Amino acid sequence: MSNPTLVMYDEEFREVNEVIERLLKEANAKVIFLVDKNGQLISGVGETERFDTTSLASLTAGNIAATGGLAKLIGEKEFSILFHEGEKDNLHISIVGGRVILVVLFDNRSSLGLVRLRVKKSSEELSTIFEKLMNKSEEREKRGSSDFPFAEITDDDIDNLFS
Amino acid sequence: MSFINYASREINCKIVYYGPGLCGKTTNLQFIYQRTAPDAKGKMISLATETERTLFFDFLPLSLGEIRGFKTRFHLYTVPGQVFYDASRKLILKGVDGVVFVADSQEERIDANIESLENLRINLKEQGYDLDKLPYIVQYNKRDLPGAMSVDELHNELNPTNVPEFEACATTGEGVFETLKAVAKLILIDLKKGK
Repeated sequence: MSNPTLVMYDEEFREVNEVIERLLKEANAKVIFLVDKNGQLISGVGETERFDTTSLASLTAGNIAATGGLAKLIGEKEFSILFHEGEKDNLHISIVGGRVILVVLFDNRSSLGLVRLRVKKSSEELSTIFEKLMNKSEEREKRGSSDFPFAEITDDDIDNLFS
Repeated sequence: MSFINYASREINCKIVYYGPGLCGKTTNLQFIYQRTAPDAKGKMISLATETERTLFFDFLPLSLGEIRGFKTRFHLYTVPGQVFYDASRKLILKGVDGVVFVADSQEERIDANIESLENLRINLKEQGYDLDKLPYIVQYNKRDLPGAMSVDELHNELNPTNVPEFEACATTGEGVFETLKAVAKLILIDLKKGK
C-alpha cells in the first residue's frame, strides 16, 4: 500500500486543535480546517457550523491534487500554498508536512500577510505533531499490537450495518 | 487509505466508481443520493461540464451507521470517463479503499470497457496499488438495453479474476445498492484484517 492508514488519537487530536485554535485567534480568521490529502476532514475550528465541512474537505483535496498535477507538469514538486481571493471571504490553503492540508478562511478583518505569517509558524508545530503521529502508528504496527477497533468485529457486525 | 479518528470515533473510507465514458457512474451516485435518508448523506457535488459530462469528479458522502461505537463513513467518488481526462482520473484514485468498475453492457462499448479497465490497472499501479489486492467489484450496467451482451460474455472479457459482479440498471436503481453494499463490505473486511 502506498500510504498507511492515517490514525488520529485523542492526545494528538487535542494538540492539533490547540494549534489551530491559536492560529484562528492570531490570524483573525473565521474558520480553519485541517484536511487529509485524500479529502477526509481531520478537524475544524471557528464558525464551522456555517459550512458544509465534508464538501469543503473533499473539494480542497481535489484542488490540491489538481494544482499538484499542474506543478508536476511544469517540473515543480508541488505548489505548497494556494490563495483564493473573493469579494468578502478569502481562502488560504497550504500543505503541512507534505501530508495534510491547512485551510484558513478569512475576511477583511485580517490580511493575507498576517495569515501567511501565522500559518508559517503553526505549520511547523503541526508538522511535528503529524510526524509524531506517523511514528506512533508505525511503531504500533511493528510491535504487531494492533489496537485497531476493527480487529474484533465479526461478520455479523458488518452484516448488521446493511440490514 | 482509510482514516481512523479515535477522538471523534469515526472511520472514513473512499470508494471510487471507475469505467468508460457514459457507462453510468454518475447515475449510480445520483440514485444512491435520491434513495438515502437525509441524515445519512451529505451534499452531492458534481464537477461537470455544461453538457453534464463529469469534468473532475462527483462526490457523495454517506454514513452507514456504527460498528462497535465507531461511525462508518464512506466517501463515494466517480472519475471522468472520457479518455482524455486521464490526468484527472489518476488524482481521484489517490487514497482509494475500494473500486467499483461500472461496465456498459452494450456490445458496441465492449472495447471502451476493456480499455478503461486496463487504464484502471495502470493508474492504480502508478499510485502503488494492485487491483487484485484491493476491494473490487464489477457492475454490468444498462442490462435493460436491447444491445446488451450476455453476462457470460461480459464476465469472460471483464472479470477474469472472478471478483463479485452485479447486473444493474442505474437509471431505475436495479443493482445499485447491491453493488455499493458489496464493496463497502469488502472494505470493512479488509479493515478487519488490519491490512
